[in-house]
This record gives sequence, structure tokens and C-alpha cells, in this order.
Amino acid sequence: MTHPSSPSSIAWNADGELQALTFVMGTETFAIEAEFVHEILDLLPTTVVPGADPLVGHLINFRGRVIPLADLKPAFAMEAATDTSPSRIIVVELSIGDGNHYVGLRADAVDEVATIHVDTVEPPPQIGMRWPRDHVRGLVRRGDGIVVIPDIAILFERLATRAGRSVH
Amino acid sequence: MSAVDPVAIFRVEAGELLDQVEQDLLDLGHRLTDAALVDAVFRSLHTLKGSGAMFGFDALAAFTHHCETAFDRVRKGLAPATAELVAVILSAQDHMRALVDGDAPRADGDAILARLEAAIADGADLPVGAPVVAGGGGWRLSFALPVDAMANGTNPLMLLDELRELGPCTIVARTDTIPPLDDLTPTDCHIGWDVTFAGAVTREAIEDVFIFVMDDMEMTLAPLDAAADEVTPDVDLPPVTDVARADPVSVAAKAGESVRVPAERLDTLMDRVGELVIAQSRLSQLAGQDGGLALRSVSEEIERLAGELRDTMMVLRMVPVATLFGRFRRLVHDLARDTGKAIELVTEGETTEVDKTVVERLFDPLVHLIRNSCDHGLETADQRLAAGKPEAGMVRLSAHQAGGEVVITIRDDGRGIDRTRVRAKAEANGLIEPGAVLGDQELLQLIFAPGFSTAAQVTNLSGRGVGMDVVKRTIESLRGTIDVASIDGEGSTITLRIPLTLAIIEGLLVRVGEGRYVVPLASVEECLELSLEEDLRSRARSLITLRDQLVPFLRLRDLFATGTRPDPWQKIVVVSTGAERVGLVVDQIIGNHQTVIKAMSPLHRDVASFSGATIMGDGGVALILDIAQLVATGQSRDQSREERLRAAG
Repeated sequence: MTHPSSPSSIAWNADGELQALTFVMGTETFAIEAEFVHEILDLLPTTVVPGADPLVGHLINFRGRVIPLADLKPAFAMEAATDTSPSRIIVVELSIGDGNHYVGLRADAVDEVATIHVDTVEPPPQIGMRWPRDHVRGLVRRGDGIVVIPDIAILFERLATRAGRSVH
Repeated sequence: MSAVDPVAIFRVEAGELLDQVEQDLLDLGHRLTDAALVDAVFRSLHTLKGSGAMFGFDALAAFTHHCETAFDRVRKGLAPATAELVAVILSAQDHMRALVDGDAPRADGDAILARLEAAIADGADLPVGAPVVAGGGGWRLSFALPVDAMANGTNPLMLLDELRELGPCTIVARTDTIPPLDDLTPTDCHIGWDVTFAGAVTREAIEDVFIFVMDDMEMTLAPLDAAADEVTPDVDLPPVTDVARADPVSVAAKAGESVRVPAERLDTLMDRVGELVIAQSRLSQLAGQDGGLALRSVSEEIERLAGELRDTMMVLRMVPVATLFGRFRRLVHDLARDTGKAIELVTEGETTEVDKTVVERLFDPLVHLIRNSCDHGLETADQRLAAGKPEAGMVRLSAHQAGGEVVITIRDDGRGIDRTRVRAKAEANGLIEPGAVLGDQELLQLIFAPGFSTAAQVTNLSGRGVGMDVVKRTIESLRGTIDVASIDGEGSTITLRIPLTLAIIEGLLVRVGEGRYVVPLASVEECLELSLEEDLRSRARSLITLRDQLVPFLRLRDLFATGTRPDPWQKIVVVSTGAERVGLVVDQIIGNHQTVIKAMSPLHRDVASFSGATIMGDGGVALILDIAQLVATGQSRDQSREERLRAAG
């Protein structure tokens, strides 16, 4: 067994720490870099985009901008949220394609901003995961559970590439 | 708010003034006797000189002064406006732009001034040209400053020093107007001066000394060798004229007409207004539920105000294409000069409004297309006359709005695109197989293929490195299309269709299932009811009969997989793109809606049925239907169904 090296795509600070927002989807807790997070909202009225990828099947009005609302559950082998599920929206700003874009992430509940230390992170195991391995950048052992650090940048970049390709 | 750099503001304003000068000069080129235009040019130059001096652009002020003087002479009828003068001032105007930007070689300016002197001298039948260029024999100058000159910061001693630096001269003070000591205010200036230059000094050099005070002072300047009593009026620089005096007022009025605001501030404001409208709709909901009369009336008032604010906001980013078209007049003027062809540019639909960013991004492609029309499309005068056409070639640039698009056409009455040559060139460049079968449009579109235009002519006009393939790419990046039409011997037409991103369109709001959608009103032909029996009958074939014509239709409920039960009385919205029509079956027609188009996220670029989204009054999001796409879908479904039917039958 090789010694787990820290995933390169996480921007640890000089002390080997990361400020991250943790949130719950289904039975799992996830963590994303707090610096991406723009705002946390209660669920707003959503608009279905017929024909869009189920990961980004809705639009919301975020302060006068129309932004996609993503439901990452299908990417982690969970049932997509229904319109009636209690939800919060985490608005993140990501670099997608040609520029920075806001995307809303649907979460069942938003937990806290926590400090994750580099030593507590393990790379996703080769086997034994229910999810595509490259959707995950790392796993953090915390108390009696595990926090997943998803690779949302890759997820959205791929979605955009796929969307762009099917046009041309 | 950040501090604003006054010099930056001056640069912007100077740019606008010069744009105005350019337009006026081009008009003047056609109507040389139009006094109003001469006045307009003079005023603009005068303003430019004044504000240039104020912001420390001394070289600009000095240079502009000479042009202003030339126009002043024309204005007074001392010299005629000639085509040569207009041409010189046009190039002078370019030099002024360079001076504003601070990178003008001095030699250029001197060369232009020499041409200017020649133009004015040539044009003058009177001996007025002589004093301008002469002066070798010396000058007699007498001047008096306004009484309050020193209070305004003018130091007469410095003026006198500057005069002395020009060359040997004698300066005599005139003291006859000094009042008695009791009446004298010490800060007033009552002294006049007579200066005699003995040596070779130019008129311009002397006038330059007074450049900042000239408008308010009295001054006469006469060559020494001319008889002193024969002071012709033209060498008089008169005290303030009416026009000059009126100038500050007109500048102030202009400032009131427009304010410049960075586009991103408008975007921010637009977003805030969007938020306000949503907050307001929540308020009116609450007020409607359990509010008293007072709360309800306040809420209604706010609803009205927020609605008006939104409507006002929406039009702020839109600019008429006139700002774009105006810039091509100079281009065509120069092209006509360079190619030796007579070219007339006709513009239509300048009031069509397009988003500012779209206007800016259209400039380069249009330059190239117009240049192509003038260069390759139009024949020389001899060829045209031989072909029985008017001598002057015509390039017609027009714009109009059609549906959610602005349509811009560039049409010339030249020789048309030579299809044989296009084919030969494409075959030579390996773009198509020799003898390949191509549709006419396919063949014409080859001119936009990368690597097609091999003869890269780099002139001062095309030096931007924009090829036709870049034109096409730019238009496509605006999600637009290019069509080419050409008739041999009669000319070609290039049609650009560009969606009005961020523009406002009138939309028809419809409901399909639980979703609301906007149909661009301009593409709506009519709305009908789909009766129950017709609905049942049409299950088998998605076609309805509309005034003896079969029109395919799309059930949007099926297309969007809403999973809801259809309303009992469905409606058909018949939409069209030009000749093609298709009916869209919806559950309900809600009504008209002013729609601000918001672009779709890159994550939704594959969703072809929609061209954008919009935010509605209640804060909800509605998708805007892409009619061209839906019509294509409808037509192709219709075809595949017919093919299936044929195969089955």
C-alpha cells in the first residue's frame, strides 16, 4: 500500500489547512472550499429546463441573474431531489469554460464552515466506492463519519464541454 | 465612487467632438456651400482648442487653432470651402486624434499645416492669402486685453516676453485708456500695446502667443510692408463673435443630454432592479393576504414605481446602430479615394437599437464586409458605364429588427460574386474536391472558409488582419448567422442575423405544463384554439390545416416532457421564420411580456430549444423559445413522419 499523498487540486494554505463549507446531501456530508461560496439561500422557486442534463436541470433567479441550479445527487448515486424536498441553495462562483459563472448547488442542509487539516484527508480508495472515483478529490475522517470533498470544478467543466460539443 | 481622471474625460469628449467634426466634414464635402456645417465645424474645433488647452494638451490646442482659423476665414466668406480644404482638415482631424492620444509625430502636423495654408491660399481669390504666408517684411501688431484679464489669470508681461522671443521687435504701451487714479482699480488692465516686428516672423507664430486669450481680446495684425491704413478686414482678428460666445452654452447643453456610465455599472443596476422587483412582489403578496388598506396602497405604489424603474432600466444599455453606421462614412470616403471609384454609402434603419456590446463587436466584421464590397464588388467607373450602370457605385447598409434578431444587410450594386472563380480558388486551396457538387449557398459560403482569401492585401484599411473567416467567427460568437446572395452583374447582398442578446423583446408569455415560456412576439403569426376533435384527429399526423395550407405543429408538452395532463382547451401559437411556419401547442396563452434576454449558462449550451431566459415580474424565470430551432425541428419531424408513412404505405 502506498502512502496517501495529499490531492493536488486542493489549495491548502501554508499551515496545511483549508476553510471549507460542509453540507449534507442524502446520507453523506460534503465539503467545498469556502472561498468558492458566494452566498447561501433558502430554496427559491425553480424553473425546469427541458432537455438539460439532470445534474443541472433547473434555473433560479439569483439577484436578477439567471443561474443554473445543480443537483449533484445523481453524480453520487443518489436519487435526484424532488421539488418538495427541504433544501438550501449554495451559490458558488466557478470558472467554467470562458469565464467565471455562478452556479447554485442544491443541498439538503448546510452544516458549518470547518477547518480541514491536510493530514486528515485521504485520496478516494481504488475500490469500494459507489461513485465515480474522479468525482471525489478526497475523503476526510471526522469523528464517527466521513466528509467527502467532491471535485465540482471537474464536474461542471465536463458538463460544459459536453454541452458545448453536442451543439457543434 | 472612484475619483474620475479629468484627462480621461477630456480624451473621451475630444473623441466625440472629433467624431462630430468628421461627420460634419464628410457632409460638407457634399455640400460645400452649407454655412451651417462650416459653423458647426468651426465651433467644434473651437471647443476642442479651448478644452485641450485647459487640460494641458498644448500641442493639440496650438494645432487645432490653425484649423480653426482656416474655418473662421471660410465662415466669414474670406476663403471658399473647397474639397481640398475638407480633405486637409479630415487628415488634420486624424492628427488631432493622435495628439489627444499623445503619440503624434510633430513632422506630420507641420506637413498638414503646410497643406492647410496651401489649401486656403489656393482657394482665395482675394489677396488675403498673401499675408498668411508672407510676413518676411515684418508685422505691425496692436492689441488690448480685456479689462478683467489679470483677474482671469492672464499675465500681460509674459505675453510680451513671448513676443520678444519671436524676434527683434519694439513694444510701445498705449496708455490713453487708463482712467484717472481715483477711478482706477489696480487689478484692471487698461494698457494696450503696439508691437512692431522687423524680421521674418510668421502670422501663426504671433497668433500662437495669444492662443488662450484671443477670443476676448482686441487685436489687429498687419504686415509692415502693406500700407498701415489699408488694414483689410480679413487680417483683423475680431473681438468675440456671437458664435464663440454661444459656445460654452452649447457645451453645457450637450453635457445635459448625455452622461457616460461604464457598462458594468448598468449591469449591476439592472441586477439590483431585478432584486427590487422580486422583493416588491413578495411585499404585494403579503399586503394582499393580511395587510390593511394603508399597507396595500403603499404596496401598489411601490409596485408601480418598481415596474417603471425596470422598464427604464431595460432600455439603458441599448444604443442605436447609427453610432456604428456613422463610422463607416469615413471608411467609404477613404476607400473611394484609395480605389479611385465613386462610391456612395446609403444607410437605413439607423434607429434600430442593439445592445452596446453587440454594436462594438460588429464593427470589425462590418468594416471588412464593406471594404470587400467596395474593393472587389464594385467595378471601376468605366466598367460601370460600359455595363449601363450609374457611374457611382452604391453600397447600402441597412438594419432592422426581426423577431429576437437584428438583421444587418450590406448590399452593393457591383459585379456580384464570380462563382466560377470561387470554385476554382476553393479547389486550388483544397477546400473542396475538384468537381464536388455543391448547393449555391454552400458555394457562396466558401468565401468564409478559413484559408480561402489567399490574396491578403494589406492596405492601411485592411491592416487589421481580419479575414472573411474571422468575420464569420465573430458573427457566430454572437450566435448570429451570415447569408450571402449574389446575382452576376447586379451585385451581392450579405445578410447578418444577430440575436439581440441582453436586448428587450416583446414576448408572448405562454404556459406549457407548469413552466412558463416566452415566444418572441415578432415571430408570432397568429394564435388559434386547438379544438378537442381537431386535437384527436391530429393525433396521427401533427399537421393542421390553416387557410388551405398544411402547417406542422409541435406539442410542446410532449417535447418538454412535462408529464402533466393537457388543459382541455389547448392553444396553437403559429410562429414563422420567413417562409417556414410551425404551430406550437401550448396549454395557455398568458399575455404580452416585456422580455430582457439573459444568456443561457455554458452548462446549458446544448439545450437547443431555448435562446435565453428572462426574469418575470414575480421573480420567476421563464425560458425564451428559439423559434428558428423549433421551426427546424418541426419541419424535420414532419419530413421524417412523411418518410415513415411512405415507407409503411
